[in-house]
Amino acid sequence: MLTSRTAARSLETAEIGPAIEGRSLWADARIRFFRNKAAVAGLIVLIFVALFALFGSHLTPWSNEEVDWSVLGNVEEAGRPSIATRHFFGTDALGRDLFARTVQGTQISLMVGLIGAMIAVVVGTIYGATAGYYGDRVDNIMMRIVDVLMSVPYMFVLILLLVVFGRSVLLLFVGIGLISWLDMARIARGQTLSIKNKEFVEAAHAIGVRPATIIRRHIVPNLLGVVIVYATLLVPNMIIYESFISFLGLGVQEPLTSWGALISDGASQMQYGTLWMLGFPLFFFVITLFAFFFVGDGLRDALDPKDR
Amino acid sequence: MTDAPLLQVEDLQVTFDVRPRGAWPWTPSLKLHAVGGVSFTLEKGETLGIVGESGSGKSTVARAIVNTIPASGGRILWKGQELLKMGTSERRRHRQAVQMVFQDPLAALNPRMKVGEIIAEPLITHHPETPKAEVKARVGELMERVGLLANQINRYPHEFSGGQCQRIGIARALILNPELVICDEPVSALDVSVQAQVINLLSELQRDLGISLVFIAHDLSVVKHISDRILVMYLGRVMETAGADELIDHPVHPYTRSLVSAVPIPDPVVELARVRPVLEGDLPSPLNPPSGCVFRTRCPLAQPSCAEGLPPMLQVGPGHASACPITAEEGVAATA
Amino acid sequence: MALFEINDLSVQFDTNDGTVSAVNGVSFDVNEGDTLAIVGESGSGKSQTAFATIGLLARNGHSTGSVKWDGKEILNLPEGQLNKIRSSEIAMIFQDPMTSLNPYLKVSAQMEEVLTLHRGMSRREARAECVRMLDAVRIPDAAARITMYPHEFSGGMRQRIMIAMSLLCRPRLIIADEPTTALDVTVQAQIMDLLRDIRYEFNTAMILITHDLGIVAGSCERTMVMYGGRIMERGTTAEIFAAPTHPYTLGLLDAVPRLDRREDVLPTIPGEPPDMLRAVTGCPFEPRCPLAFERCISVVPPLERLGETRVRACHRNPEEVVR
Repeated sequence: MLTSRTAARSLETAEIGPAIEGRSLWADARIRFFRNKAAVAGLIVLIFVALFALFGSHLTPWSNEEVDWSVLGNVEEAGRPSIATRHFFGTDALGRDLFARTVQGTQISLMVGLIGAMIAVVVGTIYGATAGYYGDRVDNIMMRIVDVLMSVPYMFVLILLLVVFGRSVLLLFVGIGLISWLDMARIARGQTLSIKNKEFVEAAHAIGVRPATIIRRHIVPNLLGVVIVYATLLVPNMIIYESFISFLGLGVQEPLTSWGALISDGASQMQYGTLWMLGFPLFFFVITLFAFFFVGDGLRDALDPKDR
Repeated sequence: MTDAPLLQVEDLQVTFDVRPRGAWPWTPSLKLHAVGGVSFTLEKGETLGIVGESGSGKSTVARAIVNTIPASGGRILWKGQELLKMGTSERRRHRQAVQMVFQDPLAALNPRMKVGEIIAEPLITHHPETPKAEVKARVGELMERVGLLANQINRYPHEFSGGQCQRIGIARALILNPELVICDEPVSALDVSVQAQVINLLSELQRDLGISLVFIAHDLSVVKHISDRILVMYLGRVMETAGADELIDHPVHPYTRSLVSAVPIPDPVVELARVRPVLEGDLPSPLNPPSGCVFRTRCPLAQPSCAEGLPPMLQVGPGHASACPITAEEGVAATA
Repeated sequence: MALFEINDLSVQFDTNDGTVSAVNGVSFDVNEGDTLAIVGESGSGKSQTAFATIGLLARNGHSTGSVKWDGKEILNLPEGQLNKIRSSEIAMIFQDPMTSLNPYLKVSAQMEEVLTLHRGMSRREARAECVRMLDAVRIPDAAARITMYPHEFSGGMRQRIMIAMSLLCRPRLIIADEPTTALDVTVQAQIMDLLRDIRYEFNTAMILITHDLGIVAGSCERTMVMYGGRIMERGTTAEIFAAPTHPYTLGLLDAVPRLDRREDVLPTIPGEPPDMLRAVTGCPFEPRCPLAFERCISVVPPLERLGETRVRACHRNPEEVVR
């Protein structure tokens, strides 16, 4: 009952004049999002990580595959993080610059996360909205397909594929894309079912708007809030999947790397006291995941239609 | 043009398939008879009120007329043409001529669209070639017609109050110059003081634009106020139909009588002096309606014969028919 | 001494958009066996007034003023003590019975719990008492149906169960918040009849919160009209309906279509119900009032006595408020 009606207030006093711009629900959500300090902090961290991935390679003279022969054989001492050697994050066990490798690993990990989430958004939303809108038999068939795909032990299959066809980034993307949209399709379908029963969809139907237009104009925009929130939470999940596979040594191929591969390498060197090899990639991994979760939570609070 | 009435509904039947809970995909679904054998005609410029409690099927009748729910039996004739047999172009014309106003003013408007876009949607759907400036002018004109400021065109529904949202819904229904507007409980979600504004707006528009209205509501006093004729429904069937004042003054069917007496009158003197026979019990399940007369389980006058066969609509006076053989005779005497 | 005495009650809510005054300086009392209707539209503060008196405000709400139950101050008492009063002396009936019935528990379990907890009855005694109550609210075949789940009852039956539950501890006051709004007219008539009979039988007082003037006319001796969180007018129902002295009451009475009247155009109150976020300096009804003048914008009209039983808050004289 006590919902925000700030806008309605100015309505009554409005003079007739040029058309007043309304404040859309998106604008409302944006304002609420920026009021959420944790979410804004998360967003800043994400921007920082993204800038690091995009421009980090310009900050170091080393490339990600170049071996610094001067430290080789004495990585524990000479490979330490240092400004003087220009190895800001130190080197890995093979004497390659860890800063450059972390930049490159961040690129791969973020890409996997974003592409996975994007496939989920596009395929999952359209698939789920269609199933939900048409309902009945169409819905039944479409959702049973999702069920079947979900019951496949995808991690096992993915590992098998990588073993059989060899490790490649492309295969990794394909594998992650294949599974990422399933949950999204279910969520989109559930939302569509509830939106479909709203009177404005019925109104559009009664007016004679075509089904495809109803989905595009009336259902998808109202679905988007939930989809965005879920997609934001999906990105870190995708990153975790990829890292897990890379940690097992089945992910990207050398000299390319990713957070999972770097963490795996770092972990295997722990006993020699070269903790920086684990620490730096792990730091980026953890703050990025945290940031995504905070942003996701912030978006959920901002887009949640419950308080209106 | 023919001189067929604007809308003619003959023996309309609507059934829904209901899946029993936990049923296998192959088990046959139950049939729910939401509407059984409803007939009426509506002339140009006339207002027909359909009154009934929840589960009476009144909203389903509305949706069958606008063709968003298919009728499973009977005929709906639009200007003498059968709705279900219409070709594509005729159906499009019917869609434009019949518009609907919904119960929940806010829920009937897409929250992500601007008010101007919402009102313009029917126009853009049926006449996509209309130039933008003309659409805007038309929307502005209609907004003023229904009592909104035209400069609110770029606002969003959540920035309006319930009454204003309902005005937006009415503007949307009017943009194609319809011949019939079906109002499904248009005021029941509104505050009392706003209710009167919307009722007045509807009857004013109806008078000025010469459109016909089908006004569906559960509130008999509101329906009486706006309608020329009233159709009383119970559990998917018509109980009684008559001119609005005639129905209130001389209700013949026992259900109409109890309905009339159950409506409270905001006047303590009148209200405390009234003797009201209170109807016992609840509405039976529409999945398993009583045999014969559907009202007999709650009817104070029910007799064993009521369980046998559907009671026919009996003429009890000019334009006044009731589906109760027991009260029909005294009804004829009373209305004569 | 009145049974329930409310003095200068105000309710505020903290929201994202600032503090909202939902109720301002409301006073009324209810005597033993009395019936009072609180009438108003959305945003009038009628429900919040009732919630505040028995400490049921939402978390972000706080109330000031005085609420005396049986002579004892109960406003803002600790939850435990309020619970005691609410469970044994003041009962509340809501618009949607499903909000106060647990869908996963049988009706019997929910009703018996009240008695075993608060009156220390044994299970068997409690069951017998519950069946007796369900009989009293005219639920057919109560002994058998008491073991059913709430969703197996119709809306009207559920409301009867709620009434039976509220009666279990023999309350001295029932607060009914829109008890029939979700029900059909014929069922509404049943419930209102039932409430009247119950009041005579158990000699309970009742506060009926509603927007429906028709129900008020037939069921309450006294009426309080609220608008924008303030009392507009209060008096016996007969006086208020026969000769309203506040422009809002007058407008409201005229705006309702009546079965026993024929009018071409309904007289309306222009404008929209008040926006709670808007701070009002004068009379809350001023923006919509046909009789408003300068003083109404800046000065809140005080509640003034008018005869024995009546108070009103309007700068105009009663004689000026006519149709």
